[in-house]
Amino acid sequence: MADPNVVLSNPAQAGATREQELIARVQRGENELFYELVRPYERRVYAAALAILRNESDAEDTAQEAILKALANIRQFRAEARFSTWLIQITVNEALMRRRRERKGMVEGIDDRRDDEEEYTPRDFADWREIPSEALERKEVRQKLAQALATLDRKYREVFVLRDMEQLNIQETADALGISVASVKTRLLRARLMLRDLLAGGWEQGWFSRLPFEKGTKPWST
Amino acid sequence: MVNVSCEQVWREISNYLEGDVDAALRAAMDEHFRACKKCASVLQGTRNVIQLYSDERMIDVPAGFGRRLERRLAQIARGSGWSTWSAWLVPVAALVLIAGGVRVANSVAVPHPLLSEHAQPGRDIPPGMLVVVSAGAKDFHVLGCPFIHNKDKERTLTAKEAIDQGYVPCVRCMRKYLQTADSGTISLESEGDAYADADEPSGKR
Repeated sequence: MADPNVVLSNPAQAGATREQELIARVQRGENELFYELVRPYERRVYAAALAILRNESDAEDTAQEAILKALANIRQFRAEARFSTWLIQITVNEALMRRRRERKGMVEGIDDRRDDEEEYTPRDFADWREIPSEALERKEVRQKLAQALATLDRKYREVFVLRDMEQLNIQETADALGISVASVKTRLLRARLMLRDLLAGGWEQGWFSRLPFEKGTKPWST
Repeated sequence: MVNVSCEQVWREISNYLEGDVDAALRAAMDEHFRACKKCASVLQGTRNVIQLYSDERMIDVPAGFGRRLERRLAQIARGSGWSTWSAWLVPVAALVLIAGGVRVANSVAVPHPLLSEHAQPGRDIPPGMLVVVSAGAKDFHVLGCPFIHNKDKERTLTAKEAIDQGYVPCVRCMRKYLQTADSGTISLESEGDAYADADEPSGKR
């Protein structure tokens, strides 16, 4: 009997091969293929810029500039790196530069520069009520999650977005933000625990109950 | 078996989910989660949070984002297509012109007046080449040129757009595209070479 894993791995393998082929062709000057190459990542590029800039218009400008910069520097891309990671790192760099320009002269808050020395203690210990992925089909659920993320301090939000949404690894996240691996780990822990508390606390206080669901039902199972 | 407290578990829970704890600590934490409902809830919730936010559906992009990006990239691609053809067209055209005895004083059309009256317009610059201009400056540069003034206000555009807006080539990083009075040669070197030149110390020239 055929190994089902072989069948399942083929699309991903085919995608990776196609990506390598596209990179090689764009590096040889076929710029018209570049959009096909970046299209799978355009959402992630935008999200990375938005996490840093928190303004949709600036995030779009920056995301597009970053993609143009990636095209201009495509010959410097080396196959040992993941293309998506390289693209996100360019974007983060562009977004940080833009933020620095816009905040020139402003003194950065002390909280932005150092990690909290106090450990974060979870606040909610009630049984966790699983929110399944299917719930994300509902715009209201996505909005609630986005609102929770937006309440985090910048330093926690950036690390969380790069690691957990953009799928950079810890070292890549540290490199992209110019902070230490230890800081990434500290901030990531805090971000994850805070989000858990925000969602659990919200649930207990009924953040889903404000949504148009029948009382007593799980919103994601409707 | 090593025992761990709830506080230790909370401190390490993110590393645990990353697979970044040693085997002894992992075993101790697994044991703790079996016995402690509070920490099991923290683990379950944290794992759920990561799973939800890592979903592509969590990223909303503004309407038309992809279309605007595609259009911008298509403009650049059209420009670079000219650049590929130019490798053949320019020498052929030059031969035809020489054979016919026709002299063209200045074949580069400059729709806007040059921003600098001392500047040279440049020759055979690939129109799709990405260049950088900055506010208050009159010249355009290859990306990464160390002679860009006012880097805080720089923006990227194609060489054609820069020329149309009256910018002139940087005399350092774009020098291969500048026609000198005595040489009159046409350079067809690549953008990459231009970039490499920009890194040379100016004293070498």
